Amino acid sequence: MTSTHVKPAYVLVHPGIVRLTHWINAIAIIIMIGSGWRIYNNVPIFSAIQFPLWATLGGDPDLTYARNSDVGFSNALLWHLAGMWLFVVNGIVYLAYAILSGRLLGKFFPIRPREVAVTIADTLRFRLAHDNLTIYNAVQKLLYVGVIAAMILAAISGLSLWKPVQLQALISLFQGFQGARLVHFLCMSAIALFLVVHVTLALLVPQTLFAMITGRVRPASRISLESAE
Amino acid sequence: MSKRFLSHSLFRPASGIDQSTLVENKPLIQSLERRLFLRQGLSLGALTLLTGCDISNKESVQGVLKGFSQWNDRVQAWLFDPTKLAPTFSEAQVVKPPRFNAYYSVDEVKPVDPATWKLKVGGLAKDKRPWTLDRINSLPKVSQITRHVCVEGWDYIGKWSGVSLRRFLETIEADLSAKYVAFKCADDYSGSIDMASALHPQTQLTTHYADEPIGDAYGFPLRLRVATKLGFKMPKWITSIEVTNDYPGGYWEDRDYNWFSGL
Repeated sequence: MTSTHVKPAYVLVHPGIVRLTHWINAIAIIIMIGSGWRIYNNVPIFSAIQFPLWATLGGDPDLTYARNSDVGFSNALLWHLAGMWLFVVNGIVYLAYAILSGRLLGKFFPIRPREVAVTIADTLRFRLAHDNLTIYNAVQKLLYVGVIAAMILAAISGLSLWKPVQLQALISLFQGFQGARLVHFLCMSAIALFLVVHVTLALLVPQTLFAMITGRVRPASRISLESAE
Repeated sequence: MSKRFLSHSLFRPASGIDQSTLVENKPLIQSLERRLFLRQGLSLGALTLLTGCDISNKESVQGVLKGFSQWNDRVQAWLFDPTKLAPTFSEAQVVKPPRFNAYYSVDEVKPVDPATWKLKVGGLAKDKRPWTLDRINSLPKVSQITRHVCVEGWDYIGKWSGVSLRRFLETIEADLSAKYVAFKCADDYSGSIDMASALHPQTQLTTHYADEPIGDAYGFPLRLRVATKLGFKMPKWITSIEVTNDYPGGYWEDRDYNWFSGL
């Protein structure tokens, strides 16, 4: 590194509360999907879709079978119904902050279809669509708003599955108990697919990962490994 | 709640991963330092260990999870509306026969002989005389077509008829301010529910399913039906009822299943 190389100043992109709720949510999502897969396996919606045991949460099947006469289904339920508090309370804290601070509107909206199309077209032509990490491009906006919506719907459908009598209006909205189960499953699928893209990109563009830990990025820096050191 | 896990995965994302995002970052992929990638891969691997087998079986983790389960009991008791009825359905939607479920398979069911069967009454009730099936059938009959939901995720609509549990508890002059109503069964199953749910208008001691005496496989001669609880909260082949203030637990409840399990 030479002395003539002047680094631009760091700017705060993720306030502390955003970083905190992001990582709590990451843990909550791992708990909810891991235990949810174990619960799903017990009576699958689609017989062709079963989740590998190693990827599920619910304890050692043999130990649990010896103690509870099941292979960790009860333990997965314990995880799921405890994790839901972490997921929902943390989600409410984040959404309340994001809405009240104006961050939600400012960062993720407006999403213009034309910009989405342009970003996709640019991407296909190998043009980096987000050289400034302090702002999101149209596709990023769409994906983040989409996954937030999927998480909200996952919580609502999950709540209706937990309380199908007390919240019977919700269950009829989902066309019955199995309908709510399907919606819950599809929300999980959307979140899981998002996670694959999200984690892959965070590892490929480490500045974004560091930004979610330290909160700061250099806004003017183009994406390169130069700043990753 | 049978032991059924496939040892291999049939799960494949149908549409695969959106490739455009990878294409977008192609220059980065090409110039990535391998060491950096490895290091981050390792931390991700460490994160996935969270879902591994070790953590769930730790006593401390079990304690936290059971603490949450007890908290959920309290929240559910608070959420429970004693006047809110479960949705009802039409005769045409009734599934016949009902779905069998027990902690053993259907061919292990030991039918109960109605001639010798008696229902014992214990605990905080004045009239503890045992009941014959004829005497139970002499009480006013109630009927409901409601949704049965299993903790495993399946459900069906059924028609259950029998005696209102509230009416029964009033008849035996039970202490309706007691906390629990507990059940013991001919098959060594047991269970217990909260008094508020026991007094709910759709909670019944069931003798009939779809207008026929309930079958041997489904709890004959007497089973519990609680339209506001999960299926495992409804003991079948009942042989005794006890009103008590001491937490009675139950077969699955003692095996980490949430006690209140309200719908």
